[in-house]
Amino acid sequence: MSEAPRIAVVTFPGSNDDGDAMLALELLGAAPVRSWHADSELPEGTEGVVLPGGFSYGDYLRCGAIARFAPVMEAVGAFAASGRPVLGICNGFQILCEAGLLPGVLRPNRQQQFVCADVTVTVESTSSAFAGEWELGQELVIPVKHGEGSWFGGPQLVAELEARGQIAFRYTEDVNGAVGRIAGVTNASGNVLGLMPHPEHAVDPLLGPTGGVPVLRGLIEAAGVPVLAA
Amino acid sequence: MKATVLIRPKEGILDPQGEAVVEALQHLGFAVSGARVGRLVDVQVDTDDPEEARAALDRMSHELLANPLIESFTIELGDRDE
Repeated sequence: MSEAPRIAVVTFPGSNDDGDAMLALELLGAAPVRSWHADSELPEGTEGVVLPGGFSYGDYLRCGAIARFAPVMEAVGAFAASGRPVLGICNGFQILCEAGLLPGVLRPNRQQQFVCADVTVTVESTSSAFAGEWELGQELVIPVKHGEGSWFGGPQLVAELEARGQIAFRYTEDVNGAVGRIAGVTNASGNVLGLMPHPEHAVDPLLGPTGGVPVLRGLIEAAGVPVLAA
Repeated sequence: MKATVLIRPKEGILDPQGEAVVEALQHLGFAVSGARVGRLVDVQVDTDDPEEARAALDRMSHELLANPLIESFTIELGDRDE
């Protein structure tokens, strides 16, 4: 990695963690660039994409259901299809699931309450593009803050994801009723990752846990890797 | 023509909203043991052909109004206020 990888952070109407994502990426040595939902293209030279947390389009209909039709999402889909890394955090995860770029769906929390807490997740797979520096079983403490973060997939889907190493993170304890305590998943080719915890809020020891560092570093490392011809 | 799409959480799918409604109804003293909360979308489809309308509604339900992983839907043609 010679230069700081350019990572586009997409702002949708209702995104509210885009600023933190920019700050965290910059702190970790990346060159974050703002991207706007209504743009039909990603910024020139984009090497990685973050869909940040928030409440895009007011969570109307279902979380992420409307954001998936934002003009920029076509560019994000093409970017992902080219093998480049895309990270969806919280609402970004919901958007990627609704867009069909990640498996499953996020449902309202089982406990019928918004959950806001530091949680521990374990690394369940090191086969994705983000996992260069991760270790199986590694524990990361990262905050969650969501009302609709209970990941769901049927038994057959879960078995397939387990077999292909697509389950990236599990909570060590039940946080929201997610099937298999699943906190994050990747797509089949391992270049799209979504998770409910907020790594961008866990990068500075002054403010608490730093479990977000390996996650964002994983994105930055993946963004800095030249893509082989598909 | 007017139409209504009813979207429901699929059988067996957790419905915390429904559970909250049951608890609230019980607090009010009603003898209820189950409630499932779905969504209702009234749609004005720009066609007078029922078959065409139904096909369009089926597609829009699959593509946007419902998430087939966790929700089922039914389509009712006609104005429900009449």
